[in-house]
Amino acid sequence: MTSAAHKQSKQNKLESYPKSTDAWESVIGLEVHVQLSTQSKLFSGAATAYGAEPNTQACAIDLALPGVLPVLNAEAVNMAIRFGLSIQADIPHYSTFARKNYFYPDLPKGYQISQHENPIIGRGQLTIILENGEEKIISITRAHLEEDAGKSLHEGFENRTGIDLNRAGTPLLEIVSEPDLASPKEAVIYLKTLHTLVRYLDISDGNLQEGSFRCDANVSVRRSHQKKLGTRVEIKNLNSFRFIEKAIQYEIDRQIAILEKGGDIEQETRLYDTDKQETRSMRSKEDAKDYRYFTDPDLCPVVINTDYIEKIYPTLPELPQKKLVRFQKEYQLSAYDAGLLTAVRELADYFEAVVKEKVSAKLAVNWIMGELTAALNKANLSLIESPINAQRLAGLLQRIEDNTISSTIAKEVFEELWVSNQTSDEIIQEKNLQQITDQAAISKIIDEVLIKYPQQLTEYRAGKDKLFSFFVGQAMKASGGKVNPQQLNKLLKEKLNS
Amino acid sequence: MHNYTLTELSASLRAKKISSTELTQHFLARIEKYDKTLNSFITVTPTIALEQAKQADLHLQKGNGSPLMGIPFAHKDIFCTLGIKTSCASKMLDNFIAPYDATLVSWLNQAGIVLLGKTNMDEFAMGSSNENSFYGAVKNPWDISRVPGGSSGGSSAAVAARLTPAASGTDTGGSIRQPAALCNLTGLKPTYGRISRYGLIAFASSLDQAGPLTQTAEDAALLMNSMAGFDEKDSTSIEQPVPNYLLTLNDSLKGLKIGLPKEYFSQDLDPKVSTTIQAAIKLYEQLGAKISRVSLPNCQLVIPLYYIIASAECASNLARYDGVRYGYRCNNPVDLNDLYERTRGEGFGHETKRRLLMGTYVLSAGYCDAYYTKAQKIRALLIEEFKAAFKEVDILLGPTTPTTAFKLGEKINDPVSMYLSDIYTIAISLAGLPAISIPAGFINGLPLGMQLIGRPFTEAKLLNAAHRYQQVTDWHKKIPENFNL
Repeated sequence: MTSAAHKQSKQNKLESYPKSTDAWESVIGLEVHVQLSTQSKLFSGAATAYGAEPNTQACAIDLALPGVLPVLNAEAVNMAIRFGLSIQADIPHYSTFARKNYFYPDLPKGYQISQHENPIIGRGQLTIILENGEEKIISITRAHLEEDAGKSLHEGFENRTGIDLNRAGTPLLEIVSEPDLASPKEAVIYLKTLHTLVRYLDISDGNLQEGSFRCDANVSVRRSHQKKLGTRVEIKNLNSFRFIEKAIQYEIDRQIAILEKGGDIEQETRLYDTDKQETRSMRSKEDAKDYRYFTDPDLCPVVINTDYIEKIYPTLPELPQKKLVRFQKEYQLSAYDAGLLTAVRELADYFEAVVKEKVSAKLAVNWIMGELTAALNKANLSLIESPINAQRLAGLLQRIEDNTISSTIAKEVFEELWVSNQTSDEIIQEKNLQQITDQAAISKIIDEVLIKYPQQLTEYRAGKDKLFSFFVGQAMKASGGKVNPQQLNKLLKEKLNS
Repeated sequence: MHNYTLTELSASLRAKKISSTELTQHFLARIEKYDKTLNSFITVTPTIALEQAKQADLHLQKGNGSPLMGIPFAHKDIFCTLGIKTSCASKMLDNFIAPYDATLVSWLNQAGIVLLGKTNMDEFAMGSSNENSFYGAVKNPWDISRVPGGSSGGSSAAVAARLTPAASGTDTGGSIRQPAALCNLTGLKPTYGRISRYGLIAFASSLDQAGPLTQTAEDAALLMNSMAGFDEKDSTSIEQPVPNYLLTLNDSLKGLKIGLPKEYFSQDLDPKVSTTIQAAIKLYEQLGAKISRVSLPNCQLVIPLYYIIASAECASNLARYDGVRYGYRCNNPVDLNDLYERTRGEGFGHETKRRLLMGTYVLSAGYCDAYYTKAQKIRALLIEEFKAAFKEVDILLGPTTPTTAFKLGEKINDPVSMYLSDIYTIAISLAGLPAISIPAGFINGLPLGMQLIGRPFTEAKLLNAAHRYQQVTDWHKKIPENFNL
């Protein structure tokens, strides 16, 4: 078949189909597993730190030795409630743990303790801000506590599999959204908003590489006039924002292509292959496991009363979206700048600490998002590890604002601040970097430049205006960058035109 | 020396009439002599026992220690014991040395008991005859052609033959009370949550409860003082003060309201059993109790109810025995499924597999509502029925078992008939209530037990009623002749 013929036949087929000129619409729901940053595991006292030697953080309970029993970690409950409050969720008075039964070598008990019928957090909502600036409310169906499994290690064991149970029993909060997300972009915005939120709440480190924030996506497509949802496909284990977007987009395209050819979507679970950038089938609905859920008889129901909730409520931090609005109002920042700053709680805190030292908000944003971020990225450091804390940066910015130094000189001071323990003032003093604002001194520098470049002076006076910046540059250079630029401009213009 | 109760031995030890070492040597010698016949121990721990006895003697010489200091004792092999094989009578755990002590074990160690060894049982506590053990059946000292009951059959046979003054047991549907009844012992199943389950290898978590198997109610009271209590390692253990169970043993029974569940005295009840229990009821009347009749209609459903709930829980609880981390592993597995299938196929016995299949079935999609969910609803009704009955009476009384000890092999191929031997004990487990079985007489030379059932946390009342009865009877003092040399 020639390509033209192929095209023709495809069109014919489409035409023979129930006629629909409506566009395709994608429907996405997400299940996010957030690893809670408790000191110990969900049902045992073993530590949860990442990266320890295999099986050094697994106690008798994590190993599922005969006779051991789980005891619920109160801190994990606390964290779940904090999350529930931050999404205005219904927090049921009563919640229960259930056993999800299946065999796998890294699941020591042969069941995972999770929540099935009575999750700890009920219906809530998360507002996201779309690219066009509009707000959209995403409903959250539920959030429940469950324990993580261990890890199967396939490398380094010839014909065998190693089991590392350090992660077994680590607390997870699974946050399930309604299928309210209409595009891969929206899905990523939702995830980033959620990611920011859990870090604000200090309930997770949100580390994607270490698997502290993982996502499964339920994806289906339908014609826009269609009310009924299409058959959904679950994509498992997505752990980077970039891949999530790609995987969902791939899956939408795949489903549309099948439907347009007249095919049916099979309800199944698919895995995203990051190398090939495609999803492939993992198991079909027929192969779906029967988990035989039942209430775990080793654990009593969790009863949450109003008093408990009222005690937790005041401990909640200012939430990112509230902070975003406040930053725009209080500091007259653009939505863009405020968005950048409030995306990470530490960044927002840093900014406020700088501004508190009587530095203008705009200057603070520019330096934090500019020089500081660049330097941190270059050194591969997080904000908390920054060698320049908010007070030291503020000290520098103050000197820009009171004209002691120019922005150009400030960059030099910044580099010094990065490597030394000195304050900006000490550096400026020591290196004699104060701006030259003395009218006579500036005048003298200009005169010397004009004498040095008679040719250019003649040309300028003959009408070559562009040479003005040449003289500015030379004067700056002669002063070691210390001349106050405004004064220089003014005086230079006067002298040239006189 | 073996003819003394635990209480009497405690007094002798403290009066320095005997030493713990002598006592321990005596019981170790009896085990050596008789256990080839009875098979009541899986593991005997002479070295540990003699070391513990030595330590106990040091304390006793200084006049220190609890009433249990230096008392020889045996644990059912379902309790984890640090550094000692803990098999649950299964091939699956034949090589398992527990790396920790169960809470109960540790508390009794602190009280100063001397561990003679670990007793035989039905595999994973599943059985009513002690024939489902990887280590072979246990014989009833009253007639070695008969079963000692189960699943705590090793503990009951050992105490009945006085190979140990007392032992621990566990009861999921009758596994302390039924063997106590069949071996002429006092067996207490406390309220669910009264004794920690931490380190008790789980069969059915919502039902399992540890308790003592003893010669007398007084011995049981003494042990309960050290066994009962809240344990933060067990979320289902209940924070409720532990009374001194000895203090109320002699309380008067005047005005005690005893209810007879009419379902326990139906026409199907063996007339000889009925006559024996009626005689005991007469005695209670003479002791001042008031007798009335009550009804527990849902008791008719307890066998299916129990086998749905207990099997569902055990199928999940036993999933951890997969050959990956500890315990039995099949030879040369070719892949993961082969590892699972052969490890579990070879490691578990028939009855265990039967329950695993039942339990998996009743929880599977499409069947769960009809079986498991419905069973839970009926369980709730049953609890309400008991509550209603206890509005009218203080204690319920009935036979512990429908018959005396049956023959080895008699019921092993007929699981339903085997399951029916627990018909009177199961309802109490499902309701989480405390109950005690005490000797009530003999039929054709075989002991028969009577069961007293109480409201939650009324172990003291049950022990009191049992003790007063034992003050006026001597059934409990009888020892099987062949083992009384």
